[in-house]
Amino acid sequence: MSVELEPQTFRVTRADLVRYAGASGDFNPIHWSERTATSVGLPGVIAHGMFTMALVGRAVTHWAGAPDAVVELSVRFSKPVPVPDTEEGTEVVVTAKVKEITDEGHTRLSLTATCNGDKVLSMSQALISKR
Amino acid sequence: MPLDQSFVGRSWPPTEPYLVGREKIREFARAIGATDAEYHDPEAARALGYADVVAPPTFPVAITMPATREVVADPALGVDYSRVVHGDQRFAYSRPVVAGDALVCVNTVEEILSRGGHEFLTTRTDVTTEAGEPVVTVWQKLVVRGEA
Repeated sequence: MSVELEPQTFRVTRADLVRYAGASGDFNPIHWSERTATSVGLPGVIAHGMFTMALVGRAVTHWAGAPDAVVELSVRFSKPVPVPDTEEGTEVVVTAKVKEITDEGHTRLSLTATCNGDKVLSMSQALISKR
Repeated sequence: MPLDQSFVGRSWPPTEPYLVGREKIREFARAIGATDAEYHDPEAARALGYADVVAPPTFPVAITMPATREVVADPALGVDYSRVVHGDQRFAYSRPVVAGDALVCVNTVEEILSRGGHEFLTTRTDVTTEAGEPVVTVWQKLVVRGEA
């Protein structure tokens, strides 16, 4: 069984990263300072891993139908998400395949997220319940 | 420099309770573009069976990331924070976080690995109410990049 769910696309701009920094309390300058990001060898400012995961959480909540239907959520950050300083920023696409129905009746999804065609997550999955 | 393996299995005392505010949930939800009413409107949330506005699934990091600082920043463990990147993140939920929760974190170092010149530190944070009701368990794997 390998049903694909409808991909969810999210736009990400520098303003989103600034807002997320404030809301989450993660003020690491690689997420807002080009100077700092390039000085540590990054291509430029990158999204917080946890911002990307928050978008995955939105996609999974959408597929599950409710926030309390998400039983487990796990990701591995495999590549950074560079966010250029432009109006349009970049785009993250979250996709999922139904892998199995567990003994408890939960649905296991395998998750991927891509940015500019690169997979930015690996080994990622969610467990969702019927509400 | 390798991390101190003697930290594996060590747990820290419960943190001071974190009071989950309605406005903090709204702010977090706005920041990630989550516009559904149950994140913003207490009446809509109650109609869906939540005690108050409900937090999006990754909201607990706003609590657990600061809570794990007591582990990661312990000089005896040996983490050079300027070389840290986020490797893995996992949440296992008993129930969603809602406004009004007072949540306590207990940190445990689950694993320290050395591989390919890098160090891997996995922490588990058990998040419960003050009364001990399980809410969510959060695993974080940090990678301390070696000096190549």
